[in-house]
Amino acid sequence: MSYIIDRRLNGKKKSTVNRQRFLRRYKAHIKKAVGEAMNSRSITDMDKGERISIPTRDIGEPIFSHGAGGHVERVLPGNREFVTGDRIPRQGQQGGSGGGGSGASDSGEGADDFVFQISQEEFLDFMFEGLQLPNMIKRRLAGNESFQVVRAGICNEGTPGRLNVIRSMRAANARRIALTSSKRRNIRAMEAELEQEENKDPALRDQRRIDALRDNIADVRNRIARVPYLDDFDLKYNLLLRQPRPRSRAVMFCLMDVSGSMNQATKDMAKRFFLLLYLFLQRSYEYTEVVFIRHHTSAKEVDEEEFFYSRETGGTIVSSALKLMRRIMRERYPASEWNIYGAQASDGDNWNDDSSTCHKILIDDIMPHVQYYSYVEITPRDHQALWEEYESVRAAFPDHFAMEQIVDVQDIYPVFRQLFSQKVAA
Amino acid sequence: MLDSYTTGPGDPTPSDGEARVPISTTSEWTFELIQEYDREIGALAEEFGLDTYPNQIEVISSEQMMDAYSSVGMPVGYNHWSFGKQFISVESNYQRGLMGLAYEIVINSNPCIAYLMEENTMTMQALVIAHASYGHNSFFKGNYLFRSWTDASSIIDYLIFAKNYIARCEERHGLDEVEAILDSCHALMNYGVDRYKRPYPISAVEEERRQQEREEYRQRQLNDLWRTIPKLGEGEAEKSVRRFPEEPQENILYFIEKNAPLLENWQRELVRIVRKLAQYFYPQRQTQVMNEGWATFWHYTLLSELYKRGKVTEGFMMEFLQSHTNVIYQPSYDSPHYSGINPYTLGFSIFSDLRRICENPTDEDRQWFPDIAGSNWKETLQFAMRDFKDESFILQFLSPKVMRELRLFSVSDNDRENEITIGAIHDEDGYRQLRANLAGQYNLGNREPNIQVYSVDTRGDRSMTLHHTQHRRRPLGKETNEVMRHLHRLWGFDVHLHSLNGDEITASFHCPEVGRDRAEGEEESMLVPKPI
Repeated sequence: MSYIIDRRLNGKKKSTVNRQRFLRRYKAHIKKAVGEAMNSRSITDMDKGERISIPTRDIGEPIFSHGAGGHVERVLPGNREFVTGDRIPRQGQQGGSGGGGSGASDSGEGADDFVFQISQEEFLDFMFEGLQLPNMIKRRLAGNESFQVVRAGICNEGTPGRLNVIRSMRAANARRIALTSSKRRNIRAMEAELEQEENKDPALRDQRRIDALRDNIADVRNRIARVPYLDDFDLKYNLLLRQPRPRSRAVMFCLMDVSGSMNQATKDMAKRFFLLLYLFLQRSYEYTEVVFIRHHTSAKEVDEEEFFYSRETGGTIVSSALKLMRRIMRERYPASEWNIYGAQASDGDNWNDDSSTCHKILIDDIMPHVQYYSYVEITPRDHQALWEEYESVRAAFPDHFAMEQIVDVQDIYPVFRQLFSQKVAA
Repeated sequence: MLDSYTTGPGDPTPSDGEARVPISTTSEWTFELIQEYDREIGALAEEFGLDTYPNQIEVISSEQMMDAYSSVGMPVGYNHWSFGKQFISVESNYQRGLMGLAYEIVINSNPCIAYLMEENTMTMQALVIAHASYGHNSFFKGNYLFRSWTDASSIIDYLIFAKNYIARCEERHGLDEVEAILDSCHALMNYGVDRYKRPYPISAVEEERRQQEREEYRQRQLNDLWRTIPKLGEGEAEKSVRRFPEEPQENILYFIEKNAPLLENWQRELVRIVRKLAQYFYPQRQTQVMNEGWATFWHYTLLSELYKRGKVTEGFMMEFLQSHTNVIYQPSYDSPHYSGINPYTLGFSIFSDLRRICENPTDEDRQWFPDIAGSNWKETLQFAMRDFKDESFILQFLSPKVMRELRLFSVSDNDRENEITIGAIHDEDGYRQLRANLAGQYNLGNREPNIQVYSVDTRGDRSMTLHHTQHRRRPLGKETNEVMRHLHRLWGFDVHLHSLNGDEITASFHCPEVGRDRAEGEEESMLVPKPI
């Protein structure tokens, strides 16, 4: 007799734990591969999974085995030309000796790397591992999009489905005790009297009194029995409340210089940086908005396409972008409700007298309201006035302001890690 | 008469006259059809005298198959990164199309669990039922190694016990601690087997109760062994300084479990779990050719018989034969696809030829197999399946005809000579030698280095010394030093391994590795206890 069982609906991710154990063990390898991948990837597939390859020797599970040498006899199939006594010159490790026993690795498969795919989720986990968004404190109630149902104690009304049996029985018990205690006390008193009467000498007994007591006791017992075992108002129900859930949301301002001095390669690097930041914010906040501001001598809020690809030239006035950011912040993103992040990329060129204006706007109007502001300067050249002004901003807001220099694509990921690496609590 | 030992697609010829109503005509499977096929195949198997455990046939998806794959086919298993590695490589190979999944996995348990993949066609499901649920199943129940070494009814329970116990250890002692011990045990898994003693199978509940008992008992026993305070009457004790262990121990994990001085109780229990599993898989490693050959022979015989009785269509047969020929394909030694002798081919050829020898013996067969030529083939095959393992099976039943068909030849590779010599080939002079060589190739004792615990310095530095007895001067492989580190982790004190050719030590491995400043010769003379 055979049993035929359909197991297709059973869990199928039984190996997930083991897979995670494996990833955990080879974290160092995978992180390295992820770091390398970050630099070589095109922007559009920044957040895809990744092929990871680990040298086979590093993941080997050693066992005692025979090494090469000694006297080995092997039996092989498919003889065509050999007869007993043939002698074949040894050709390194191949030819006639290939195959069985220790020869199995002759085909070269032992040397391959162990290659496997990690998912997008895992890739991002590794990418942002050990990083943290600074100052992630604000969590605001925003809108009415999401509620969660919470237990909120016990109440007297409800649907039968939420009946709390234990509490109901407990209430019924309490009520029964409360309603009958005086009667019980009464019974005990009468019983004591009855016993006393009965113990008297037969001549002294008051038979009428005894009968009356007996009747009374029976009557009170009867009344106790009439107290309902479970009454309507004993029923207790679990109370469930819908609570609005605080949702964290963030807005990220991307500020980029599109003046003539920024070429396509520089813009590309800026874009990579913004994208990393965006992915990172998305992981930390349930809801993230992005505002793109591009500027040359004047600033303009644009959509993503225009931000990265349209060409314009002209001089550079950085403060125009900061002013626009300030305005948008005031109008649309009150700091009481939004976590605001600013990211600015520039090649460091600016009108000289404008840099001090930038400093002033940042210090007075922007920095007090943002969670974090990062500035990357993409230039192989020496720093100019803007950098110096920004350094003083950093001095004023050391926890909220960061700046780094990027020279080429290779630097982006390390710089990003540096900007957001977990600060050890002082 | 049945003539199903050849592999031509046109045969066997269906007999006419019978009402021919095939069980199914399309390749779609349904649960009713599976049941129907199982009933038919089961009835046939009984006719052929196959004795099986009850069957439990489970239909699973390909993802579940991959899960089963990476936990060595067991339905429950403890967690370890190496299974994750296995899973990842199966998964990526499968996704890239480098590899098809096995059609079946079958578990030596009672009832015998076989998995069918939902993606397969009806033909493949029938093939798997015949192969696993009747072929392998009857082998598990019949073969002496399985009968005496494994207990089919308790293995699943034991696996559950092991999984839970290890999970508890992870909670209590941390993942890394547990992983380290398991890594080390896995490295020595092949040396966690009793080759001669037969263990008594016990149930999981019993196992748990005993585990508690052992925990207390072990501590007491250990303290005794490692007592360092000299007893009174020293003179008397001097005389009886014996080597410990008195006899070399082949089961290294068992020796460690019982005697390692520093292991915690839970660590000993982990060693024991790995050892038990190694023991459970030991018969499978020794009967691969027989087991697969037997199952292949029976799926071929059973399905051919179904066809003969008109239960399946020509289309079914074509698909079946195509899979069957793939399974028993044997590339020749110089083909790029060659990766050793295909156990399915070898086993299937021997069993099929055995049947031929019984039914149509030639003069050669009468000379080579006087006992079985012309005997009842069902009984002879049962005998061959029951009382042998790969090595003895080949030695006993590999016929000259099979050697000729597979064109086997033997190559002798001696590192003391400049050339490789061809030894016996498939001719009159070579058959016996060739057969002996091939059998030797399946002797686990030759395949794995013979390493045993030789002595422990109980009164000194507590170091453990192992001896490797070389087989035909074959040295130990490159990974030896790494395995030594695992051994050292379990033992807790210095570990030494000497590789011996006769009485001469040709290589020594130490962990921790011996400092350079000490002279090599001096080192060895100090460490090697002289045989008594």
